[in-house]
Amino acid sequence: MKKIFQRPESLKQEPFRYCPGCGHSLIHRLIAECIDELGIRERVIGIAPVGCAVFAYDYFNFDILEVAHGRPPAAATGLKRTLPDRVIFSYQGDGDLAAIGTAEIIHAANRGEDITVFFINNTTYGMTGGQMAPTTLIGQKTATSPLGRDPKTAGFPLRMAELLATIEGASYIARVSVDSYRNLIDAKKAVLKAFRYQMEQKGFSLVEILSPCPVDWKLSPKESQIRIQNEIIPIYPLGTFKDAYQESTL
Amino acid sequence: MKKKILMRGNEAIAEAAIQAGCRFYAGYPITPQNEIPEYLSWRMPEVEGTFIQAESELAAINMVYGASAAGSRAMTSSSSPGISLKQETISFLAAAELPAVIVNMQRGGPGLGNISGSQADYFQAVKGGGHGDYKTLVYAPYSVQELWDLTLRSFDKADEYRNPVLILGDGIIGQMMEPFYPNPYRKPDLPEKDWALDGCKGRAPRVIKSLYMGDGELEMRNIVLQTKYAEMKKREVMADRYYLDDAEIVVVAFGIAARIALSSVLRLRREGLKVGLFRPVTLFPFPAQELFAIAGEHIRFLTIEMNAGQMVEDVRLSVNGKSQVLFHGRPGGSLLTPEEVEEKIRQVCCSHPHPVRAALNRWDA
Ligand SMILES: Cc1ncc(C[n+]2csc(CCOP(=O)(O)OP(=O)(O)O)c2C)c(N)n1
Ligand code: SF4
Ligand SMILES: [Mg+2]
Repeated sequence: MKKIFQRPESLKQEPFRYCPGCGHSLIHRLIAECIDELGIRERVIGIAPVGCAVFAYDYFNFDILEVAHGRPPAAATGLKRTLPDRVIFSYQGDGDLAAIGTAEIIHAANRGEDITVFFINNTTYGMTGGQMAPTTLIGQKTATSPLGRDPKTAGFPLRMAELLATIEGASYIARVSVDSYRNLIDAKKAVLKAFRYQMEQKGFSLVEILSPCPVDWKLSPKESQIRIQNEIIPIYPLGTFKDAYQESTL
Repeated sequence: MKKKILMRGNEAIAEAAIQAGCRFYAGYPITPQNEIPEYLSWRMPEVEGTFIQAESELAAINMVYGASAAGSRAMTSSSSPGISLKQETISFLAAAELPAVIVNMQRGGPGLGNISGSQADYFQAVKGGGHGDYKTLVYAPYSVQELWDLTLRSFDKADEYRNPVLILGDGIIGQMMEPFYPNPYRKPDLPEKDWALDGCKGRAPRVIKSLYMGDGELEMRNIVLQTKYAEMKKREVMADRYYLDDAEIVVVAFGIAARIALSSVLRLRREGLKVGLFRPVTLFPFPAQELFAIAGEHIRFLTIEMNAGQMVEDVRLSVNGKSQVLFHGRPGGSLLTPEEVEEKIRQVCCSHPHPVRAALNRWDA
């Protein structure tokens, strides 16, 4: 009988300990499947961020480097320049990438580093208990915006994919979501494409992934999916924001 | 045949790094160490290494962190304000047991201070600097020759102990041009980097990390690190001694202050004063036992530093009450002169060695 569902080789035999309905479990699996499909597990080096996904090293079945909060793009640069034929990716939350690590991501993109970044936007700081992130929506209540994010004092949701797409050095920038099966299919295409760009030495690729954090959103997993569809995607539209090697349609 | 060459201190460090097999450098411009990145910006490509001008010192040291994790010999350099920024990842390097060489060509502080030489980062260098119980090996070169030799040594020691090594220089020594012997690098037998990340082909996946959340895990990790630091204390202490055999006054100074103090000591020796110089070459590990061995009722110590009094605390701890320990320093923003050191030594000579009287005579309080 044909096996239709099996654990990707790129995941260890370890049950996920993320909260029920958490996007990280789904995205780990997605990335692992893509790595298996591309046959690159033995030459991948992943970077675990500071955030809920710091525990990525418990789950991914390949080499992992844990890096200080926000600094993965710099460490990825060091890894990649030392080992140009390995596939280097960083996995970063919105606090990690869009707040404390803003400088590192912009300059890695601008140098056109041949690395791949997965940017997990869950509009909050999951690990530290649901505080406001740069990506938090206007009016969203968090542990540090109890009355809802007020742009007058706390600024606006930061659209990193759009921002990074303006950088000349970046090659592929897309935003996807894991709220539905349909969007998961697109997400997988984007992850594969981002890895392929690196494998073909096409330069910097980043996939922003809208991801549920039911615990800090104080919603059920199902309600979290609906929130992504109704509230988050309208502010963070899905799509490809930059594709430097897109085939000419002429 | 051995021939001397002439080079600026900063450039000697850069070339020595290349000779020692360093193939990755990332840094951010700051005076007075700019000759290091400038030199390596053309020299690294010649040896197919990587040079990156990073967007900040934070990024630079994290690039080094990544390169080191991949098994490369890697270095970054900066000066005081930039070293403050690097502290976060120096702690991470120590925790993850990753080798790296970090150069601090100290300038005057606090804050932006000025760009002249200083020794005010002693505490930061030897007492931690970043968070957590960790140590870096700290070398304090006092000549261009030593900048060369200790840079070669730093890369070996970083690999041997899998630990960051700090070269604590200063603006004067970095800018100084001096002839020296470019001693060839001979790589010692070092274990394979069987911990480096290079893809898990044919082996189990590796993880390099510093988070330990399991019951008792972190304490175990800390004990491993402390055992390593204890080993460094046993095996890595380096110090130089000048005219100590019959010395009644022992000047203690490191780096550029030692260089200045040595000329004062030489002059006073010619006058017949029984004065000598003790120069720690490693600041961590500190030559505590060596100082204790010299100490005694009839010996007085005079610590000379280009700061407001930092290493003197370690000298006092080392001597442990066996001798009187006096201090003279010039804080950031000024230059110590051989004349003033000479003057201070004379004052110590003339002051009464009895502790109570001496306390009354002390100028540093
Ligand atoms: C230098 C530093 N500052 C703050 C923290 C505390 N901290 C840990 S995770 C985190 C934010 C995590 O949020 P995010 O990156 O969005 O990841 P998530 O947990 O949401 O996946 C913060 C602020 C830290 N570990 N280090
Ligand atoms: S707090 Fe949020 S991001 Fe973190 S594991 Fe739980 S659901 Fe996931
Ligand atoms: Mg988050």
